[in-house]
Amino acid sequence: MKRARAEILSTRRLGAFHALTLVAPEIAERARPGQFLAIEMPVGRDFVLRRHASIHQASRRGGWAGTLEFVVEPRGAGTTWLATMKAHEFLDVIGPLGKGFAYPKKLTNCLLVAEGRSAASLYFLAQELLVRHKRVDMVIGGETMETVFKPIEAKRLSQTVAVVTADGTLGDRGGVLDAMPEIVERASTEVVYAAGDAPTLQRIAAFCRTRNLPAQIMIEEPMACGFGLCYGCVVPVARSDGSGYDNLRACVDGPVFNPARVLWDRWHAEGPTMVPTPPEGLPVVRTWPG
Amino acid sequence: MPGVKRTLAVELGGFALVTPVMVASGCSGSGRETAGLVDPKKVGAVVSRTITVEPRKGAPTPRIAEAPSAIVWETGLQNPGIDAFLADELPRMAKGGPPIIVSIGGRTLEDYVRLTSALQGRPEVLAIEIHLSEPDDELERSVLGAHPDRVTEIVGACARMSLVPVFAKLPWSPPRLVELATAAVRSGAHGLVVADAPPALAVDPRRLRPSLGSVTGRLAGPGVKPLTLGAVLEVARAIQDVPILAVGGIRTGEDAVEMFLAGASAVQVGTATLIDPAAPVTIARGIARYLRAKNLASPADLRGRLRLPDDPDAVPRVTA
Repeated sequence: MKRARAEILSTRRLGAFHALTLVAPEIAERARPGQFLAIEMPVGRDFVLRRHASIHQASRRGGWAGTLEFVVEPRGAGTTWLATMKAHEFLDVIGPLGKGFAYPKKLTNCLLVAEGRSAASLYFLAQELLVRHKRVDMVIGGETMETVFKPIEAKRLSQTVAVVTADGTLGDRGGVLDAMPEIVERASTEVVYAAGDAPTLQRIAAFCRTRNLPAQIMIEEPMACGFGLCYGCVVPVARSDGSGYDNLRACVDGPVFNPARVLWDRWHAEGPTMVPTPPEGLPVVRTWPG
Repeated sequence: MPGVKRTLAVELGGFALVTPVMVASGCSGSGRETAGLVDPKKVGAVVSRTITVEPRKGAPTPRIAEAPSAIVWETGLQNPGIDAFLADELPRMAKGGPPIIVSIGGRTLEDYVRLTSALQGRPEVLAIEIHLSEPDDELERSVLGAHPDRVTEIVGACARMSLVPVFAKLPWSPPRLVELATAAVRSGAHGLVVADAPPALAVDPRRLRPSLGSVTGRLAGPGVKPLTLGAVLEVARAIQDVPILAVGGIRTGEDAVEMFLAGASAVQVGTATLIDPAAPVTIARGIARYLRAKNLASPADLRGRLRLPDDPDAVPRVTA
């Protein structure tokens, strides 16, 4: 990982999202799809920790050499602040962080599935897969047309594309899972790459398991540091030898994981476990339930 | 007048550090994750994450939430257990890293005895930090170290067994802080870490639930600095002959200077390191700048120099 005081080259609005392009050659030349950046916030009351964003593009050659692009969806104080940044301002950025997607060796037909902003890193992946002569198909979704990420770019990069929105304002009405069976059939998909929120990833994992499809998922667990110092971002992952599980850090051992090994019911159970209040004070849950 | 020979080195109960700035427990991963981003020779020391006898998986996620100028967090002491720590993590930390203080934690007296014993004879270990905020399984109390009798027993056992200095990290426990500090020092602690993070709650109003998987967490970050300053002042006024390591909310060289003025000999930096891995070095530089501006020779010259009213009763007990 490298740290850079990176100048913002340009910013633009993409529907509900903002894309920022930075000049950061040392990070751009090392970046792989699935990796992310940790971006420092100004000193302030409303944000303390860095904000983390997947790398959408990293240009190593040509006119844009040495630049990186990432995407934010203005939601909280930090992402809203980032969306107001302008060209020629500077950001303190650490990256590239995490383990990126692995490219398939023998398999060829790749299906990339994502909802909303999470799709940003899959476009980077699509480009790298095409360079390696793989077939790329995509399922891109969102709540509404504003939150579908770059649908035209998806068409440009893929052999076939299915676009879905929950409210039907773009493409078919539905979620990405609704579109998957047909496209898997049509494209003879051999491997799935997916990004999105935990419930969607869990359903995609189940789908891939029943179809016996190898898959990689990019998990976006809230992070405090992003470089492996604090153990704030763990995901429970079964060991390959069957001897139990480990809480792996999404920032160093991920964010790309094998969905077949993620312990889904331990990870995003529907809410924290409540224990009776002890006589002395606030409820305390000290260790993983069970 | 000849130039003052300036140094950042500090002497802490039996050993010296090149700067008075350490990385606090729980903010240095499992060894050398950010090795390329900070010069280890310029970091005073690093405190390991708290190691327990058995491996711990830790608390359910989410483990962090932001609060105004602060964070609420709970990792539940995720760690690989003492055996794996000694086999993998400690050697990795030692390779080219700053001096190491190992934090140990447990829920019974035997835990602490076993942990201290296991660390003896390990050349990588400069000192031991005794984490005292876990629940007490033997006496069925919610915070083991919030009771002077238990502090005496545990710190005493560790200090007697250990050939390296032991520091007691006091649980956040107003109004008993001075009582606990006194118990620790009387039973052999070479220094005091003031203080462990206060318990806190973060709520997610959209989901009508606590933000953290473990419900409660601990408060850290710039917002707790005034609490730390108060605690350091209170302990330093009661106990003068033992070094105090201040931890909680230190982000800049000036924050560290404030802690020295209140009575600390060194500082530990946690949350700031999660944002800026080079924070311990930047803070040390800030201290050096301040010393130059005030024409002082070393951080020790600042210790306890806070100007208080002459009448000791005029300063109210800070944590009453």
